[in-house]
Amino acid sequence: MAMAIRVFLLLLLFLSSSNLTFSLYEDQVGLMDWHQQYIGKVKHAVFHTQKAGRKRVVVSTEENVVASLDLRHGEIFWRHVLGTNDAIDQIDIALGKYVIALSSEGSILRAWNLPDGQMVWESFLPGSKPSKALLSIPANLKVNKDNVILTYSNGCLHAVSSIDGEVLWKKELATEGIEVQQLVHPLGSDIIYAVGFVGSSQFDVYQINAKNGELLKHDSAAFSSGFSGEMSLVSSDTLVALDATRSILVPINFRDGEITIHQAHVSDLFEDSSATAVILPSKLTGMVALKISSIIVFIKVADEGKLEVVDKIDHAAAVSDGILFSEDQQAFGLVQHVGSKIHLTVKLGHDWSSDLLKESFEMDHQRGLVHKVFINNYIRTDRSYGFRALIVMEDHSLLLLQQGAVVWSREDGLASIIDVATSELPVKNDGVSVAKVEHNLFEWLKGHILKLKGTLMLASPEDVAAIQRIRLKSSEKSKMTRDHNGFRKLLIVLTKAGKLCALHTGDGRIVWSLLLHSLHKSEACESPTGLNVYQWQVPHHHVMDENPSILVVGRCGLSPDAPGILSIVDTYTGKELNSLGPVHSIVQIIPLPFTDPTEQRLHLLIDADRRAHLYPRTPEAIGIFQREFANIYWYSVEADSGIIRGHVLKSNCILEVADEYCFETKDLWSIVFPSESEKIIATVTRKLNEVVHTQAKVIADQEVMYKYVSKNLLFVATVAPKAIGEIGSVTPEESWLVVYLIDTVTGRILHRMTHHGSQGPVHAVFSENWVVYHYFNLRAHRYEMSVIEIYDQSRADNKDVWKLVLGKHNLTSPISSYSRPEIITKSQSYFFTHSVNTIAVTSTAKGITSKQLLIGTIGDQVLALDKRFLDPRRSINPTQAEREEGIIPLTDSFPIIPQSYVTHALKVEGLRGIVTVPTKLESTTLIFSYGVDLYFTRLAPSKTYDSLTEDFSYALLLITIVALVVAIFVTWVLSERKELQEKWR
Amino acid sequence: MRAKKLRFSHSDLFFLCICFSLLVSSPSLAFQSDELLADDEEFGLEGGRSPPDLDLSIPTRFSPPPSQPTTRAHTTRKRSSDPDSDSKVQLSLEHAFGDSSDFSPAGTFTARLKTWSHGGQTLTKLRFSRNSFTKTEEQEFKKLLEADDFYRIRVPSDVLSPPGRDYIISSVKARCLPRDGLDEHFVIHMDGVNILAVNYGSPGACPYPRQLKLPAKWSFNSHTVLKNSEVAPRTLSFAEEILGGENVEGEEGVKPLERPFWAKYWMYLIPLGLIVMNAITQAMNMPEEQAAGQSAAQPQAAIPRGQGGTAVRRR
Repeated sequence: MAMAIRVFLLLLLFLSSSNLTFSLYEDQVGLMDWHQQYIGKVKHAVFHTQKAGRKRVVVSTEENVVASLDLRHGEIFWRHVLGTNDAIDQIDIALGKYVIALSSEGSILRAWNLPDGQMVWESFLPGSKPSKALLSIPANLKVNKDNVILTYSNGCLHAVSSIDGEVLWKKELATEGIEVQQLVHPLGSDIIYAVGFVGSSQFDVYQINAKNGELLKHDSAAFSSGFSGEMSLVSSDTLVALDATRSILVPINFRDGEITIHQAHVSDLFEDSSATAVILPSKLTGMVALKISSIIVFIKVADEGKLEVVDKIDHAAAVSDGILFSEDQQAFGLVQHVGSKIHLTVKLGHDWSSDLLKESFEMDHQRGLVHKVFINNYIRTDRSYGFRALIVMEDHSLLLLQQGAVVWSREDGLASIIDVATSELPVKNDGVSVAKVEHNLFEWLKGHILKLKGTLMLASPEDVAAIQRIRLKSSEKSKMTRDHNGFRKLLIVLTKAGKLCALHTGDGRIVWSLLLHSLHKSEACESPTGLNVYQWQVPHHHVMDENPSILVVGRCGLSPDAPGILSIVDTYTGKELNSLGPVHSIVQIIPLPFTDPTEQRLHLLIDADRRAHLYPRTPEAIGIFQREFANIYWYSVEADSGIIRGHVLKSNCILEVADEYCFETKDLWSIVFPSESEKIIATVTRKLNEVVHTQAKVIADQEVMYKYVSKNLLFVATVAPKAIGEIGSVTPEESWLVVYLIDTVTGRILHRMTHHGSQGPVHAVFSENWVVYHYFNLRAHRYEMSVIEIYDQSRADNKDVWKLVLGKHNLTSPISSYSRPEIITKSQSYFFTHSVNTIAVTSTAKGITSKQLLIGTIGDQVLALDKRFLDPRRSINPTQAEREEGIIPLTDSFPIIPQSYVTHALKVEGLRGIVTVPTKLESTTLIFSYGVDLYFTRLAPSKTYDSLTEDFSYALLLITIVALVVAIFVTWVLSERKELQEKWR
Repeated sequence: MRAKKLRFSHSDLFFLCICFSLLVSSPSLAFQSDELLADDEEFGLEGGRSPPDLDLSIPTRFSPPPSQPTTRAHTTRKRSSDPDSDSKVQLSLEHAFGDSSDFSPAGTFTARLKTWSHGGQTLTKLRFSRNSFTKTEEQEFKKLLEADDFYRIRVPSDVLSPPGRDYIISSVKARCLPRDGLDEHFVIHMDGVNILAVNYGSPGACPYPRQLKLPAKWSFNSHTVLKNSEVAPRTLSFAEEILGGENVEGEEGVKPLERPFWAKYWMYLIPLGLIVMNAITQAMNMPEEQAAGQSAAQPQAAIPRGQGGTAVRRR
């Protein structure tokens, strides 16, 4: 018996100790977290297939990533994410082993080792004035046995050694006034031609000695009609330009220092006389590709500037650059859309009629149009030439086509997420299938047969893989139904390409994806951009049978007064239910805390003329809205002019067409920051859906402090206009940071505080009754974090129990913003080691669990920091009572424990945002962080106090209980027997 | 600081006396106003510690001569002969009733503009004179009360060159103001000579289901507070305190923590308690058993038998 108790106690002890561990064990990685690596939309691709065991392609992307991908599987060998303002201009491969990238408008040239991605060298190429950035790596140009890289950037021509990145010579060309468009190096010669325009109507050629940068010859020719600035090189001495009106093609020959300019009207070549042409950037030999209205025209350029139309393509299509695939044969690729299929054609450069390759592929229409194509040749097993094509689609995905099949595809649109919303999964019993994931009976049988095979050791490797897949799919975490704890959800993400993807929180797979039709480029909407995603309908209770839906808000163009686009998407099926647009402009979207009988949330959209538009446009919504008409307030921040205004609704719009869903507004209050001393750099509010569990805080000496919990608080940070630049650009004396807490109903400034000698960038998070912000302290030369907590004094006298008993308290009376608030604020600052990308805070279902701050550090990791460290009541020597309350003695900086990194060993490259979602289990919160990479995990800020850990051994518990029961019986029987024996004695 | 406070409280007293005498002497109570007399040093001391509480509103009542001109915003800067270069500054308060009406003058703030040696300028000694409502304004205000609409005020954002970049607007539900008279409370947030914001409202609570209540007297009872920015508490630098902290910790290590008696000895006390309880129950049972033993000899008989058993085994 005693033994059993001891075992039980030991077990308890073991359990409690295992619960206390906060960080992960190595083998727990990947159990509840997932990490996906992306690169973004590919801009350039360079294939490297010669003599390499592992075929690879080097790409640069719009997310400023240089990556080396496996051509067989599309995996990333290595990847470098450059900074946000270090855009890549060109990439190439030098010496067959170095990846060369020119970035930051040509001012930085870097080389990485191709096999492993180690940086070899880095050079800064200064220049006098910004210009086009060009990179050219001539094949056989050697200066002192050193292969040369030629770059033109910032008005300077540089020859850089490819071995160590040393600048061999430098030639300033911008002083001559030329805008260099192309660098030409004819094969086998020592002369470099820099061609370009001077002004708008002069064409110039500079001949430069490649050995030492000496200027050999300078020729120029004037062209009276002027140039549009575009040009395409057709051969080493011929190029085609466009005149200023884009209606005349200008072939230019510059052989041996003689410039001959010809002219050909586009209308002569092509019937449509009014059309204007655009030169496509594809580099073809002896040919130029033009885009005239929506038709692509290929024009052959013969000697003496004779032009000849070869073909016209009126489908949406993309053209690759020409490649040299055998001794002297050129080929280029052409991808066309025909119906739901795409056709890949590889043509010989000089012979249009013959096709080297013609293949067609079935293409998911959710990927949209082909944007870019890169082709590469290889030698087949039968010694003939084969071609593969890398295509970039409208949704930024990357696909490799070879031998009539899509070899691999990468969803790189997920590298540019704009906004995230979450959706619950269907409830289990009603069997709603989400995008046909639940398999039918036949599949079920097949699965079981497979499993049987597996257990009988009869399975082939493919079968084993299939079994593993089924197991993963049927494992608890990746099911397509709602779970008891609320861990399984759908993350609906909107990407820059205008595509919605639903990611499963269990394993991060894409459940459905939708290229939004309304965010598609059309005549009505030239450059649509997605803005935000909002919860439109979250059904529960009486409308359980409806599917939840989300509202996607977009805009035609970048300016805030561009017409808006609205789209409602079902989150279970991924179908667009309804789309509106282009409608009025959208400046601000306010989700109201009201829902109509079908649980559709009311939204108020503010346009550029400060009119408010109500959605959904139903009579029920108007009915609900009219009831709350007088109680709707909002604010707008004009960061440029430094004014914050409060607004209220006035009456229906006075328009030509009566619109009962449109309302005029009026200004209620305004705060004008003095423009010479303050500039708004950050505004933060509380999350709308945040739950606060307790309004009071019991402090050490049995006192109660009431939190000032208001949904209408706005945190504003302003800095001195001089200090808007980078850190260190101003002295501490002329820079300051002012923080404000503003009630957005009345415009009352509740708190105002100046940090002298501090500057931005400011990152802040607002939750419950506190705000935490991060900034730079110039005096201390360190980053700082400050906390402000707000407490309500007007309810402080409710502590009297008798008042509570007699009902003389004011706890239940409604709180009005028009009452003069009696608040006290407490504040404290601490040093913080890291600079910060973004700050978020954990959120749980009921708000009982203590909070953790999630800090996206500059190292692209997410750090979880307990809110207890940011408590203004901390002091150097807390009293005994305060210690018992859990107040940590004051230190000047935070302890950063390596185990508190939520992302453990991983990095979320280019981290931009952190989203926290509460689960049904109070202790737990879901965290989704996104940037170029995606990372998802589950976090329990106060440990999982309301559930057993996943690795809890129920068997051991059962065995123990059974053993105990057995032991009780055995001992009972034994004692009975003994007693009987005793009695018989 | 204390000495200065005292001095000013004297002046306050003096001023109060004057006001009181004015109050007593003038029979017509057409207008009442409060003013703030603020310490010069309390505002705009850059880098200095912020005063503990800026809410030093001292309501005083006086009635201005009825012939006071209700002029629009005119800033008069009278260069005084004072070497500290103080000058008077006036800014007008304007009000509007509802959406339709335009802003019209409602009162004047007067303050002294103090120029500091380092070039900064601050306002001190803010006084406010409120114009009383005219009959039409009274009617308009009554309409606002009935409709539960907003009463709006505005001031220029720049004191020296009104209206500055824009007017500062503030509003309040009209039903929040009437009490005995019309109670209003201004908090003016300043930054040098710029006004950032005016928080306008009732001085106390304005409970939500706002009741329609007409004021007994159509006269204003105004409170004004001038507020400048507080300076954030400096982050503690522990450079020299680390050593001290260690010392403290060392001392703590030497001196064991004072724990209550119960926390210290609970492991002894619980068994002791159990034993005591056991003993008590034993003692309680004893008399019972004795009583029972007398009636039935069986248990008592069992003991000798047991003893006998052991005796047998021993043998």
